Amino acid sequence: MQTNQLLLIFCGALLLLGLLAFFAGRSKATRLRSAGTAMFAQPDQYAWFTVLSTAGPAILVGAVGAFILLLLGADIPTLYLLAASLVVAAIGLVVSLNQVRPDFHARQAIERVIRKILAGAALISIFTTFGILFSIISEALRFFQMHSFWDFITGTTWNPGASFLASAGRGDGSGAEFGSVPLFAGTFMITAIAMLVAVPIGLLSAIYMSEYAPRSVRTVAKPVLEVLAGIPTVVYGFFAAITVAPIIVNIAGFFGLDASYNNALAPGIVMGIMIIPFISSLSDDVINSVPDSMRQGSLALGMTKGETIRDVVVPAALPGIISASLLGMSRALGETMIVVMAAGMRPNLTANPLEDMTTVTVRIVAALTGDQEFASAETLSAFALGLVLFIVTLALNLVSVLMIRRFREKYRANNL
Amino acid sequence: MSHTFDEISQQLKRRHRKSSRLKWITMGSLGLAGLFLVLFFADMLTKGLPAFQQAYVQTEISYNEEAETDGRQAFDEELLPIISRTVVRVIPMELRNNPDMIGTSEEQWVLANSEVDQYLKGHRNSLSAEEQAAIDERVEAGQVDMRFNTTFFTNGDSKIAENAGILAAVVGTVMTMIVTLAIAFPIGVMTAVYLEEFAPDNRFTQIIEININNLAAIPSILFGLLGLAIFINFFGVPRSSPLAGGMTLALMTLPVIIISTRTALRSVPDSIRHAAFGVGCSRWQVVRDHVLPLAMPGIMTGSIIGLAQAMGETAPLIIVGMVAFIPDVGASFTNAATVMPAQIFTWSGEPEQAFVEKTAGGILVLLTILISLNAFAVVLRKKFERRW
Amino acid sequence: MNSHATVMNGQQTPAVGQPYTRNNAACHDVSFRVRDLNLWYGKNQALSGLNIDLFQKNVTALIGPSGCGKSTFLRCLNRMNDLIPSVRLEGLVEMDGRDVNASKMDEVALRRRVGMVFQKPNPFPKSIYENIAYAPRMHDLVSRKAEQDELVEKALRDAGLWNEVKDKLQEPGTSLSGGQQQRLCIARAIAVQPDVILMDEPTSALDPISTATIEDLMDKLKDQFTIITVTHNMQQAARVADYTAFFHLGEIIEYNDTKVMFSTPAQKKTEDYISGRYG
Repeated sequence: MQTNQLLLIFCGALLLLGLLAFFAGRSKATRLRSAGTAMFAQPDQYAWFTVLSTAGPAILVGAVGAFILLLLGADIPTLYLLAASLVVAAIGLVVSLNQVRPDFHARQAIERVIRKILAGAALISIFTTFGILFSIISEALRFFQMHSFWDFITGTTWNPGASFLASAGRGDGSGAEFGSVPLFAGTFMITAIAMLVAVPIGLLSAIYMSEYAPRSVRTVAKPVLEVLAGIPTVVYGFFAAITVAPIIVNIAGFFGLDASYNNALAPGIVMGIMIIPFISSLSDDVINSVPDSMRQGSLALGMTKGETIRDVVVPAALPGIISASLLGMSRALGETMIVVMAAGMRPNLTANPLEDMTTVTVRIVAALTGDQEFASAETLSAFALGLVLFIVTLALNLVSVLMIRRFREKYRANNL
Repeated sequence: MSHTFDEISQQLKRRHRKSSRLKWITMGSLGLAGLFLVLFFADMLTKGLPAFQQAYVQTEISYNEEAETDGRQAFDEELLPIISRTVVRVIPMELRNNPDMIGTSEEQWVLANSEVDQYLKGHRNSLSAEEQAAIDERVEAGQVDMRFNTTFFTNGDSKIAENAGILAAVVGTVMTMIVTLAIAFPIGVMTAVYLEEFAPDNRFTQIIEININNLAAIPSILFGLLGLAIFINFFGVPRSSPLAGGMTLALMTLPVIIISTRTALRSVPDSIRHAAFGVGCSRWQVVRDHVLPLAMPGIMTGSIIGLAQAMGETAPLIIVGMVAFIPDVGASFTNAATVMPAQIFTWSGEPEQAFVEKTAGGILVLLTILISLNAFAVVLRKKFERRW
Repeated sequence: MNSHATVMNGQQTPAVGQPYTRNNAACHDVSFRVRDLNLWYGKNQALSGLNIDLFQKNVTALIGPSGCGKSTFLRCLNRMNDLIPSVRLEGLVEMDGRDVNASKMDEVALRRRVGMVFQKPNPFPKSIYENIAYAPRMHDLVSRKAEQDELVEKALRDAGLWNEVKDKLQEPGTSLSGGQQQRLCIARAIAVQPDVILMDEPTSALDPISTATIEDLMDKLKDQFTIITVTHNMQQAARVADYTAFFHLGEIIEYNDTKVMFSTPAQKKTEDYISGRYG
């Protein structure tokens, strides 16, 4: 572990330099001040300034250097790089000690740096989005160089099997087909089942909690529903595969229907249960922020409570409810573990929810957990599927955000 | 023209019925959701609780010389189909390490085979009727007994069901979470502080905000693709390591921490800031000495909830390879490791009936930890909740 | 005490059932009879010992300083206070010979006969047409589409809004201006053909011109409906009301013909209030 030791030595040296900077900076500032000079900042602030200008540039040089070298694909000459950053640190120390003068605004200098650091942290989230986009798009492009985009979008056969022979040097991979239609059909089928479970139950529960339930019920029911959202998806997957799927097969058998143990109904229903709290919680907030004057206006016309809710409150909250459902839908589309564990592996273009079918996320996992070479078409197809998933969920999220924003402006509700 | 009360009431009967029907339907929906929850937990408990019990067999181990090469020689031949292969397997090694044990013998309770275990728990098993009868006899004689399953908590994964435990996964989870928190907490808090206290309200800030909200809603599996393509393939972080998994989860947890920290910062009233500015604090001093300490409970609560979410996440970890078979407790952040949900996933794929129980047992352990974490967050919030 | 008017006073027991006459003209029919009405919000008593008769096909104004209980009293008349869980109520509120608070009384039926217009216009998030047609349809007042159209037009004409909105009936009710929205709410209330319309400071959120329009409207509507309005604005009460009740600290201090009340108030408190000494 040569690199590790070098890194350790580097960190130690940097720490020493930093300490040195702190005490040197402070003692110089104290000396100046005790000599009776009025200074712009406290000695400690000068000390921190010297520490920052010692360590900051050094770490920056190290990190940027390593990144550039990685980008160029070169081996990193760790020793030289670290030595260079130590030299930078030493220079920073000398320069900053020189800056410890009465007329130097050390505090403002520190705060400028802190502000930059904070802004830099805020940039990380942007980098994450770009990272996701970049990684997905670049690999997806490699995939589309091998297989036509049109076939991917419109093809009805997903059969990547032969592509791995090609990457192993046998065959030319011409047998492999990457038509994603059956995957998306399966995804939408399971999502639709989930929404059929989640939207009515979530919305009606929200109506009960916000319109009917006494305070005590509400304070209990809300967190209990949130528990449903906190259960890990892998647990739901197990529940769907081991408990729900056999029940469905039995029920179907009772009616003389033939159901697969990997039927789409089980993951769909369980996913719906998982999404209930997403919909109920947001709908509850939205219904609560429908102004009371609406309800009173309707009641004062001699409407019953039920009519008021159905014809006035729910329509008023509709944008928020739709927005909640879209968010839930995006969650269902991207959900992985439940379908990996309970749905099938076979791409199957069917409208029968009792048959097994597979989804986009299942195929992504399947493509990336095999022993394939990374550059094989099957592995890369995962990124192409991921790209489509990203675009669809992004669109759903944006529409949802816009709708909730419009609702908020309409009723000036600030709690959303 | 005008109607009397009685005329109106007559017409209202139907509408009142409809109205109360809506009430019952909504109540039923909430009840249904609650029922799902109850059924779910009941199912997990009935499937998982037996995992904490394990059949043990009382046996005489005679450390003879043949046992030094073939562990089976140390046991009564009748017992061999009952006891676990792992017990047999360690005998030769034990003898090689302590040669003076040869020739002695001792009575010991040893792990029973998972088939026996499953039979005693009344589950599906592959034992023949005779074998079952033989075991029943031993149970009568007090030579086979159910005991608390310590193996489950002290072992890593194993292909032998009765030897498989969750410890390696727990340690892997802890290591992964350390990485996650070490990255996500400082960056998340710094981002929130910047956006809430420093950032000018311009286009750039709005883009960051929209971006954060969007990140919070991106399917987790896409973070896995990012981890695979950037961290592993580009930066060369070792695959399957807590480092790779932790970094991936950190990016996922980041939005949760940022959003909750911002809420916490926003709930500190401006009067505190104004007071601090009034005594000559700089903006950074105001944040560091006054706003952050007051917002800390809220920040901690949000971070714990984010941590719990990350702890239950599986999909991105599968993509970065954390579903490896890990029999030993991981030694470092760069070695291959597994985490609890991934372990659950691996076990759920095992065909043996005994592993169904292990899976559910693992789920119970995971759920216990998650519920404790969330309860802790709730307590924290209740305790420090402050109305301004 | 005036010889031809009963001054109802919280402290004094009123002459129950004694007809109120004005200038020896014919008796008005009583719309609401209120006797010994007390109301509490939790432990705070908001109304104490109210006794009043409200007369049909007239405009009655309830005035008084804020917090005096006039809105609370108004909301007793169509049981809107039921919506507030902490409210407790004692005493008699009678309409059409029936105790409106009786357990047998259906509050929905009551509200069907006693409409209400609120302080802030609150049109439903529906089209202008639907805002008006919705309630009559639910009440089975109309059966055919043509009837419904006719009713919507009549209500809008009665509310003086028809000419302004007849070309945009399908636009959302919220697209109208504040004054138009309030008239839409009045049209909505009269479309269900109630006996009484309660107005809770209907013009306080409006500009002077809209206020004048609505005052004119009240004057016109009193031929068909009993109008009881709460107002902050004494000039408005003087302009539109036939009768005025002055509330103070949950009690009715004085109740009289508006002209009499404003020219020769019987009580010192009333005089102080209408001459602007407090309020």
